[in-house]
Amino acid sequence: MSTPLLQLSGVHTHIAAYHILHGVDLQVPAGEVTMLLGRNGAGKTTTLRTIMGLWQASQGTVTFKGHALHGLRTPDIAQRGIAYVPESMGIFGDLTVQENLVLAARSAARASALDTARLEWIFGFFPALKKFWLYPAGKLSGGQKQMLAVARAIVEPRELLLIDEPSKGLAPSIVNNLIAALRELKAQRTTVLLVEQNFNMAKALGDSVAVMDNGRVVHSGRMAELAEDEALQQRLLGLSLGVHQ
Amino acid sequence: MSTAAIPKAQFDWRPLALLAAIAAIGLPVVGSASTWATLSLAGLAMGLIIFIIASGLTLVFGLMDVLNFGHGVFIAVGAYVAVSVLGAMGGDGGWMASPSALLNIAAVLTAMVCAMGVAGGLGYAFERVIVRPVYGQHLKQILITMGGMIVCEELIKVVWGPQQQALPLPGALRGSFVLGDVAVEKYRVLAVVIGLLVFAALLLVLNRTKLGLLIRAGVQDREMVESLGYRIRRLFVGVFVAGSALAGLGGALWGIYQQGVLPQIGAQVNVLIFIVIIIGGLGSTLGCFVGALLVGLLANYVGFAAPKVALFTNIGLMVAVLLWRPRGLYPVTNR
Repeated sequence: MSTPLLQLSGVHTHIAAYHILHGVDLQVPAGEVTMLLGRNGAGKTTTLRTIMGLWQASQGTVTFKGHALHGLRTPDIAQRGIAYVPESMGIFGDLTVQENLVLAARSAARASALDTARLEWIFGFFPALKKFWLYPAGKLSGGQKQMLAVARAIVEPRELLLIDEPSKGLAPSIVNNLIAALRELKAQRTTVLLVEQNFNMAKALGDSVAVMDNGRVVHSGRMAELAEDEALQQRLLGLSLGVHQ
Repeated sequence: MSTAAIPKAQFDWRPLALLAAIAAIGLPVVGSASTWATLSLAGLAMGLIIFIIASGLTLVFGLMDVLNFGHGVFIAVGAYVAVSVLGAMGGDGGWMASPSALLNIAAVLTAMVCAMGVAGGLGYAFERVIVRPVYGQHLKQILITMGGMIVCEELIKVVWGPQQQALPLPGALRGSFVLGDVAVEKYRVLAVVIGLLVFAALLLVLNRTKLGLLIRAGVQDREMVESLGYRIRRLFVGVFVAGSALAGLGGALWGIYQQGVLPQIGAQVNVLIFIVIIIGGLGSTLGCFVGALLVGLLANYVGFAAPKVALFTNIGLMVAVLLWRPRGLYPVTNR
């Protein structure tokens, strides 16, 4: 396994009176796609939000490239090279597709300053974004919004992408586009921590895997091993993932 | 980027059509074309002053979900600073008393700039001391910002006295231009020009700059803006200060419009501006603009045609708009 780019050790997170994460230990190797799996309510989204500083860890450490992230504010964490695609997509509906991307590209003051080669590369995966370039993002379909959410995360090179259930509610053809885009990112050795309930997508993309249950990581290892071991899948993931296969 | 295949996004014209419809209905209600033109200009001037005051508040609410019931204090301070500045320039040889129209206008503009500066500075202190400790707590925000306004009102009485202060117009801005049968008050023309300039400047900043993009995005989803790496707190302080400065400018304009100022001016206008931002849609600059013009025009037409009904006009307008569009004319936030 490569050196971990991101590491969580004994992370606990409370949201108001609720204790959600109970000592999460997780390693995200550099240059790999790590799948974070688990049933609903296992703590996957909370883990991503805790990494981003949207919820503060009450205990434990989060380190990125050897530097502590816990205690930092969300903008400072993002500025260290981490992009986040939330489950809700976080699209700015009143802004155009172009404006959403300009905002995501911190170094670009205006659309003309966007890296056109990179934009064309993104349009290769998500042609709808080019078609609807000046269209309010709120008017896009669910799949197009998800494309925009992912495009926003990669409009500039980032060292780590945190993506929360990108395939949720999408048509199979759009999921395939998404898989193709993420495969391309993987080929470029972009580090990704991907929360997913679609096991086929997880198998197609994941290098390593961590499975969560009740606010803890209960299994971590290589994705290929989990994909081949049906008994392990059944034990770790039960029927909840089977439904999505 | 090629735009050939881009489908056209539909701009929502209906609120603007409503504005035009009310102006058109006003003509038969008022009866005389010249009176209608005079009332319409008065309504536009009043509406634009209200817009200047309310535009900062709507962004403050939209960006940080802060209910600032103390916004009126910046209006009052702006008006009183104008009293002091114009008073200082009113003696023999002062710009206010000068026969030169340019010096007269310069005096008024100086008063407005000073009003903006002092109100902006006060806004910075208000945000740090009063608003910052109660982020995310609506009830406390309402109580503490109203409390802050009451304290500031009393401080105004200490500094300027409890009596009404006169804010006379300089000679060049008194009287009217007469165009045929239509009398157009000079000061109202100035107020309309300043209001339109502020609106244009706001639109320019919000639609043509990255800062504006950040503000518009922050109004919709501040958490996501932070996740993209931008410090929204800092942005919010800037918007709060700018909004306070605009309220100060609006206070000076309003005070001169009324030709007098009372310490309660802020509280009096506060209700009106909340009605305007609710009508417009919380966080929407265009909605605030249309809402303010609707309020200004209706107040003048109804005040002329049926003065007893005028007290009900603003609330009635708000109820009607919310029945039509429950989140206001141009809703932006999801709140």
